[in-house]
Amino acid sequence: MSATHLLLITFGLAVASFLYGRMQAFSVAKSHGGVSAMHSLPSHYGMMVALWCALPALAVIIGWKLLEPMVVSNLLNTAIPQVVLDGGERAVELYKNDLSNLVNNDRIASIDNPEKLIAAERLASLRSTSSMALVVLALVIAVMSATFALKRIKPHFRARHTVERIIQFFLVSCASLAILTTLGIVLSVLFEAIRFFQQVGILEFITGTKWSPQTAIRADQVGSSGSFGAVPLFLGTLLISFIAMIVAVPFGLMSAIYLAEYASRPVRNIAKPLLEILAGIPTVVYGFFAALTVAPALRSLGGSLGLSVSSESALAAGAVMGIMIIPFVSSLSDDVITAVPQTMRDGSYGLGSTKSETIRKVVIPAALPGIVGGILLAVSRAIGETMIVVMAAGLAANMTANPLEAVTTVTVQIVTLLTGDQEFDSAKTLAAFALGLMLFIVTLCLNIIALRVVRKYREQYE
Amino acid sequence: MNTAVADDILTQLRRPSSPVQNAAQEAFDNLTETVGTVTVDNPKMQTSNVNVFYAEKQAIFDVNLDIGNNEVIAMIGPSGCGKSTFLRCLNRMNDTIPTCRVTGNMSLDGEDLYGADLDPVLLRARVGMVFQKPNPFAKSIYDNVAYGPRIHGLASNRAELDDIVVDSLKKAGLYDEVKDRLDAPGTSLSGGQQQRLCIARSIAVSPEVILMDEPCSALDPIATARIEELINELRENYAIAIVTHSMQQAARVSQRTAYFHLGKLVEVNDTNAVFTNPQHELTENYITGRFG
Repeated sequence: MSATHLLLITFGLAVASFLYGRMQAFSVAKSHGGVSAMHSLPSHYGMMVALWCALPALAVIIGWKLLEPMVVSNLLNTAIPQVVLDGGERAVELYKNDLSNLVNNDRIASIDNPEKLIAAERLASLRSTSSMALVVLALVIAVMSATFALKRIKPHFRARHTVERIIQFFLVSCASLAILTTLGIVLSVLFEAIRFFQQVGILEFITGTKWSPQTAIRADQVGSSGSFGAVPLFLGTLLISFIAMIVAVPFGLMSAIYLAEYASRPVRNIAKPLLEILAGIPTVVYGFFAALTVAPALRSLGGSLGLSVSSESALAAGAVMGIMIIPFVSSLSDDVITAVPQTMRDGSYGLGSTKSETIRKVVIPAALPGIVGGILLAVSRAIGETMIVVMAAGLAANMTANPLEAVTTVTVQIVTLLTGDQEFDSAKTLAAFALGLMLFIVTLCLNIIALRVVRKYREQYE
Repeated sequence: MNTAVADDILTQLRRPSSPVQNAAQEAFDNLTETVGTVTVDNPKMQTSNVNVFYAEKQAIFDVNLDIGNNEVIAMIGPSGCGKSTFLRCLNRMNDTIPTCRVTGNMSLDGEDLYGADLDPVLLRARVGMVFQKPNPFAKSIYDNVAYGPRIHGLASNRAELDDIVVDSLKKAGLYDEVKDRLDAPGTSLSGGQQQRLCIARSIAVSPEVILMDEPCSALDPIATARIEELINELRENYAIAIVTHSMQQAARVSQRTAYFHLGKLVEVNDTNAVFTNPQHELTENYITGRFG
C-alpha cells in the first residue's frame, strides 16, 4: 500500500470520526439536558475527535517515511556481498542505488547474479515489511487516539479551546511557509553565490568593468579567460529601467490624473480596464513587438536623422518595457489620487482655486507619497523584467550610456548563463547566482523603501 | 451626504404623531412666506426665490434671505432641512455636484452670483468657506495659509507673503501656538488648531464673506469656545454665515438667526427674538426641543 493510499485512508477515518464524535456529543448532551449543557458545540467535539484521529497518525506516517530509508539501508548491509563492502562507502552506495532501481522498476527477475538477487529480494521484503508495519501502526494509532478523544466528550470538556488552538497553530504554519520559502530561496542563492565568490573575488565582481563569462573547459583552450565584472550589466539594467520609467511615469501619471479627476464615470469604467489589459499581455509578446516593430522603426528613424542605431537597442527595449509598466503606475496612482479626501478638494475650491490648481497643488502633493511608492514598485518590476530585453536589447555587455546601442541586463545574463548544458562547478554557471543575489538585494531595498513610503502615506489620513 | 439617512429623518418628521406635531405640520404646509425680517438695511449678500434641486428632488423652496455686513447670521434647523445646501449656494460650491441645479436670484454687493459674466472661481475667493471637518492640505502650516495668496498672486515677494501668513494666523488666534513650527505639517495640529488653520487659510485671501458649515461639530468644547470667540472677533471685518446644529452656539455667536425646516426658511429674526419669543410654531417646537 502506498503512502498516498494510507493518507487517503487516514483522511477518511478523520471524516468518519468527526461525524461519529459529533453524534456522540449529541448523545452526551441529551443525557445532560441538551446541547446548552455542554461547554462547546457538538461540531467542536467532532472536530476534536477528528484531529485526534488524524494528527498522531500523520505524525507517525511522516516520521516513518523520513526514517525508513536510513533504517532499511542499514538492515540491507547484511545482504551485501563482501566484495562490494570492501570497495568502500561509495561503492556500497552505488550498489544500493542499483538495487533500489531494480526493485523500483520490478526487474528483480532479470537479475542473473545470485548474490545480487538475494540482496534485491532482501530489499524488496524489507520495504514491504516496513510499509505493512506502517499501515498497521498508523491505523491502530488513529483508531486508538480517536477512541481516547471520544471518551473525553464530557459537558465540562472545553473542546472549542483545543480545536481553536490547533487551528491557530495551523494558520501560523501556513503563514510561516511563505516566509520560509523566501528564506529558502535566499539561502540557496546565497550558498551558490558564496561558491562563486570563492573562485572570483567579490571586489572584482562588483567593480569590474568587463563581462565575458566564458571560462576554459579544457586547460589548453584559448581565448576563454573569463572575466566577471558586473558593472556593465548593472549599468545596462539601470539604463533600460531608466528609459522605461521615462516612458511609464509621465504617461501613467497623466492617465491616472485624467481617470481620477476628469473622466466621467462611463469613460472611466471603460478606460480603466482597457488600460489594465496592458498588464495582462505576456511579456514575450511585448518582446517580439519590441524586436520586430519598435526596433526596426527606431533604426530607420535614426537612419533618416543621421544617427546610427543598432538593430538591438536599449531604447527599443526600454520604451516597450515602459509601455508595459504604464498600467502599474496609472492604476496605483489612480487609487491614491482617488483616496485623497473630497474635503481637501472642497477646501481648495473654497479658496477660489481652479480645478487644475487644485489637482496640481493640493491633490498631487497629498497623493505624492503613494505615487512614489507605486513608481518604486514599478521600478523593481522593470529591473526584474527579462523577456523584452532578451529579445530587443541584445546580449552584448557594452558599457555605455548611449541608448541607441545594444546593452544587456543582469536578468538576461542569468538566463544565458543557465540555459543549455552547463557544468555546475564552473565560475560561469555560478556567476548567475551571484548576479541573482545582487539583483535580489537591489530590488529588496527598493521594495522596502516603497513599502515605507506607502505606509507613511496611509498614516497621514488615519 | 448620506441621503438615505436624510430621507429617513424627513419621513419621520413628516409623520404626524402628536397633536403638537399635527398642528405644526399644518402650519408648515400653510407656510408661504417667511416669518420675521428677511432683509437688512446694509446687505452684503441678497437672495430671493432660491430653489435648489438635486436631480429631481427639491431641497430648497423659495428662500429669501439677506446677509448683512458685519453680522453673524446663524442657520439652524433639523438635519436635512437644507441649511448646508443653502450655504453652499452662496459661493457656488454646489457647482461641484453634477446633479445640483439652482434657480432664483443671488447677489454679492448687487452682482449676480449666477450671472454669465461671473467666474465662480473668483467668487469663491471673495466668499470663503470653512468646512465641517478640518481639512488642512498635506502641506506645512505656512504653505497651507500661503496657498490662497499664492494662487491669487496677492503677494509680490516673500516678505509680503510672510506678512499675510503671520497676519492671518494672528487673526485666527493660532499664531502664538504655531509660530515656532510653521514648517510642521498642517495635519500634525490638534483638531481645534486644524480648524483655526482652515479659518486662517480662508482669511488669507481677504474674503468679504466667510461661510462656516458646522465648523465646530468635530471639535471638543474647549476648542469650540476658541472658535466661537474667534467668530466674534472676525465679525468686525467680515460678513459671516454659520450653519450649526447647536442652538446654544447660534445664541452665543450670532446676531440674526434663520430657522430652516424641510427646505423652507420658516423664520428669520434677531437671535434674541428667535430664542426668547419665536413667532412660528415650528421654530418654537425646534428650539424647545420637541423635535430635531
